[in-house]
Amino acid sequence: MAELDTSGGGKNKGGKVRSKKQSTRVDLTAMVDLAFLLITFFMLTTTLAKPQAMDMAMPDKDKTEQQELTVADNRTMTILLGANNRLEWYMGLVDKPMTPPQVDNYGRNGIRKALIENSKKVIAATGDPKKGLIVLIKPSDQSNYRNFVDILDEMKVSNIQQYAIVDISDPDIALLKRDGLLK
Amino acid sequence: MPRAKVARKSTAIDMTAMCDVAFLLLTFFILTATARQPEPLPVDTPASTVKFKLPDSDIATLTVGQGKVFFGVPGQPIRVRTLELMGEKYSMQFTEEEKLRFSLIESFGVPIGNLKQIIALKGDERNKEGLQPGIPTDSIGQNPSELHNWILSARYATKELHNVDMRVSIKGDSREEYPQIKKVTSILQDQNINKFSLITSLRASEE
Repeated sequence: MAELDTSGGGKNKGGKVRSKKQSTRVDLTAMVDLAFLLITFFMLTTTLAKPQAMDMAMPDKDKTEQQELTVADNRTMTILLGANNRLEWYMGLVDKPMTPPQVDNYGRNGIRKALIENSKKVIAATGDPKKGLIVLIKPSDQSNYRNFVDILDEMKVSNIQQYAIVDISDPDIALLKRDGLLK
Repeated sequence: MPRAKVARKSTAIDMTAMCDVAFLLLTFFILTATARQPEPLPVDTPASTVKFKLPDSDIATLTVGQGKVFFGVPGQPIRVRTLELMGEKYSMQFTEEEKLRFSLIESFGVPIGNLKQIIALKGDERNKEGLQPGIPTDSIGQNPSELHNWILSARYATKELHNVDMRVSIKGDSREEYPQIKKVTSILQDQNINKFSLITSLRASEE
C-alpha cells in the first residue's frame, strides 16, 4: 500500500520455482492513522469539556440596613433588564435621571458603548480613577438568565470595578412598562 | 562500460516507533479523560468571555432549567455523608446498598420523599427526561426548603471529610427566567454563601 515496488522486475530464468519467502513486516500506516485520529479526538474533548466559571459575589443579606451605602448619584448608572432581550439604562436617580432613560441592546454595539463612555465621563468628572462608575443591575421578572450572564460579562469586558445586583423597584418597573420593555 | 546505477531506496518507512508513541499518547488521553455522565436535566448554558476553568472537587452544582432545580456534588464519600445527614434531618433510614447506589448518582432532582424510588431505578431510566420533578425550593412555614437542607448537608459533609469550604456553582439554562434564578441565589444567601460561580460556556468569538 504505502510501499512502492522497487524490485526492478527481475526475470525468472528457468531454475526451480521457489516458494516466495513472505515478508514479516506489517503495514502499520493504517494503524498509525487510526491512533492519531483517536488522539486528536481525546485531546480535543478533554480540554473543551471543562466548563468556564464566572465568579459572582452578592451582598450579605442580613446586614443590609447597616451596610446601606450612600453613593453619589452622579456616579451611578442603573441598568434595567427587560423582556425580549432588551434593556434600559439611565444615569442618576430614577425620579430625576441625569440622562433620559435610553433603551438599548446587549453586546458590543449596544450597552458596551454606553458603559465605556459613561465610565470615562465619570472618571473625568471625579478626577480619580478609583472613583469610577458604579453600575446597579436590576433584572426584571421577564428577563432571562442569559441576559443576566451577558450583563455581568459586559461588566468584565468594560472593566467596571463596582457593580451590584439590586432588586427592581416600582418606579423602575413603571419606566420599563412605559417604554414597552415589560408586559 | 556499465553505467553507474543509483541504488533505488525503498520508500517504506519504519512505522513501529511512531505507532508506539501514538498508542502511548492515546492510552494517556483515554485514561485521563473523564467520562461525561448523562445529565438528567440538559441545559444550554449561556456564553461569556470569562476564561476561568471550573475546579473539579468540592464544588456543588445547582442545575436550573425548565423551572426545576437539580443538585449534584462530586465525590462519592461526600455524597454518602450528605445522604446520611439528610436522613437524620428527615428521619429516614437508608441501607448500605442505597447509600452505595446514591453515591454513584451525578445529579438528581426529586423531593426527599421520592428519593428511594429514584435510587432504586437503573441509570438510564433515572435520566429519562421529565421523570424527575426537581428539588422543592419553597420553604414550608418555619422549615427551610429541601434545597436549602441539601446544600447545607453537603457543606457539612465537605467540611467534615475534606476540611475545606464547599463552593457552589449555578448552571442555568439560557432561557430560564430570572425569578427562578433569584430564588436559588436567595437560598444561597440565606446560608451566607455570598460568593458563587456561574457556569458558562466559552463565547467562540466577539460578535
